[in-house]
Amino acid sequence: MAIPLSYNIRNLAVRKTTTVMTALGIALTVAVLLAAFALVDGLRVAFESSGHPLQILLTRKGSDSELSSNFARTVFNELKYKQGIARSAKGEPLASLEMVTVINLVSQEFPEGSNINVRGLTPIGLEMREDMTLKQGRWFTPGRREVTIGNSVAKRFPDAQIGKKLKFGRGEWDVVGVFESPQLARNSEILSDLNQAASDFERTDVLSSALIRATDAVAHQALINDLGYDTRLNVLARSEKDYFEMQTSSGDLVRYLGTFVALIMAIGSCFAAMNTMYAAVARRSKEIGTLRILGFSRRAILASFLLESILLSLLGGLFGILLVLPLSGITTGIGSSVTFAEVAFQLHVSPQIMLKGMVFALFMGAFGGFLPAFSAARKQILVALRQV
Amino acid sequence: MDDVVIRTRNLSKEYVRDEFRVVALKNANIEIHRGEFIALMGPSGSGKSTLLHLAAAMDRPSGGDLEVMGSQLNSLSDSEIARWRNRHVGFVFQSFNLIPVLTALENVELPLKLTHLKKGERMQHAATALKLVGLDDRMGHFPRQLSGGQEQRVAIARAIVTDPDILLCDEPTGNLDARSASEVLTLLSRLNKEFGKTIVMVTHDPHAAHFATKVRYIDKGELLPEGQAPEDWKALPN
Ligand SMILES: Nc1ncnc2c1ncn2[C@@H]1O[C@H](COP(=O)(O)OP(=O)(O)OP(=O)(O)O)[C@@H](O)[C@H]1O
Ligand SMILES: [Mg+2]
Repeated sequence: MAIPLSYNIRNLAVRKTTTVMTALGIALTVAVLLAAFALVDGLRVAFESSGHPLQILLTRKGSDSELSSNFARTVFNELKYKQGIARSAKGEPLASLEMVTVINLVSQEFPEGSNINVRGLTPIGLEMREDMTLKQGRWFTPGRREVTIGNSVAKRFPDAQIGKKLKFGRGEWDVVGVFESPQLARNSEILSDLNQAASDFERTDVLSSALIRATDAVAHQALINDLGYDTRLNVLARSEKDYFEMQTSSGDLVRYLGTFVALIMAIGSCFAAMNTMYAAVARRSKEIGTLRILGFSRRAILASFLLESILLSLLGGLFGILLVLPLSGITTGIGSSVTFAEVAFQLHVSPQIMLKGMVFALFMGAFGGFLPAFSAARKQILVALRQV
Repeated sequence: MDDVVIRTRNLSKEYVRDEFRVVALKNANIEIHRGEFIALMGPSGSGKSTLLHLAAAMDRPSGGDLEVMGSQLNSLSDSEIARWRNRHVGFVFQSFNLIPVLTALENVELPLKLTHLKKGERMQHAATALKLVGLDDRMGHFPRQLSGGQEQRVAIARAIVTDPDILLCDEPTGNLDARSASEVLTLLSRLNKEFGKTIVMVTHDPHAAHFATKVRYIDKGELLPEGQAPEDWKALPN
């Protein structure tokens, strides 16, 4: 049997201020780590569910993203009647030639502007994105300078509202509608007519990409293989889902940076916990001697002080989670390394992330508490009793 | 069965610090029998506490033999000594040494945590011990809410709760006023007479020594033969 836990809890309560200060240090460290994890997790949620399983995104070989890709109209015309491409109700092939470019929009948060994707497409392109629904207004009309904007663009930019005008390309564009999609990545785009946009940006013959839909899973794989190996076409074919998942990698830097900063802070927090526990051991020297005389072993003393440090970090972990919890659900934007445009997503503090934070906190407590607990256990009884 | 609780043969303790050697105890030979209440007296620095500490295995002797309850303490490991101490020895300090964050009852229960008793039994034993020292109405009090005399009685309850074979007290009344001291001494005497507890008590107070059944003197590290006091020792008032 061991020294009762209430002994440790009450001692933590007796030195309230030190306990709270040390726990807060641990809490901040945990909060930094969790905020980075929440960001990355939010990014993952935004992209993971995106993309149609039968759709294939075609870009020019050698370009990672739609933005850096040049896709010739002639190539599109050559492949759109290929075997295995699904047809619309009207019998047209479900193949969409698209142009993607980046414009700079100014918001209150970012007066210097943020990068937003503009996507030019045809009605067939809209048809292929069944996940998108109109929230307000209507879709843009082909042949007019009109745009329909994604929900998160509308939320973040005061100028991107129905009835207002956006300035990009060769002039002004009317905002005529707002759309929404459960595939969060889509909500960060501005959609307009392909030909209008292409002429504004002088890209009438060379656009960005093509999206095609296969009839079934077998055709899907066959198309990826065929188109990918056709050296004459020189295109990179990958499933739309894979393309979106790749974008999650833009969160890697955030994760590494967050983890790195948190680890540096963790060293500080370990020392803070160590300092607190050394002070506790010194102040309770006489009690340690007494406990030994009552028959508690060195190991029991070690366990008791280690446990006290871990309890302290448990408190810190709880504080830390409370600190990051309000972040959950906050919408923010992150520059995607793949598209160079901003994608809005929500921070996501999941139970798994909280658990990670707790484990991280407990490790700090264990590391910081070990040496003081060891020194407490090593004390000679008589020396311990003589100290005041 | 041998009724010797503590037996020492040429027990010695030296402290070496820097160049100096302090002989705290030299060649002490003593037999303490079951049921005795011995007062250990002598001038300051004569080695009284040293003898008590050796008997409780709080320190290791530099020479000689020490047998407590038939155990050769030299041969035991650290954790065996801890268990042995819990079972056989109760220790009472001059400065009480209660755990400040625990109540009187919890303080007394503490050594029972090392036994196989269940929570209910532990509480019962602790309450009985507190009742014995006359503090059954103070069980929920913390040490700072008690007077010195009450604190010392809680400490005695804690020392006897495991029913040890021997009670070692180092100046148990040293920090107490006359009235509280007298209460504590009466209690120790009762424990000796009614419960047959073997007690060794270090004291400076001749009045306190009266409660004991036997007085032994130590002078400059030497245990004087029974019945002999240091030459310059003022005769016991009696
Ligand atoms: N840890 C130590 N290091 C060095 N010398 C020590 C140590 N502990 C005790 N001594 C010395 O040993 C001698 C005996 O000490 P001890 O504490 O046994 O005396 P005492 O009889 O209990 O005295 P008092 O009545 O003042 O409590 C003293 O000279 C003391 O200075
Ligand atoms: Mg002494």
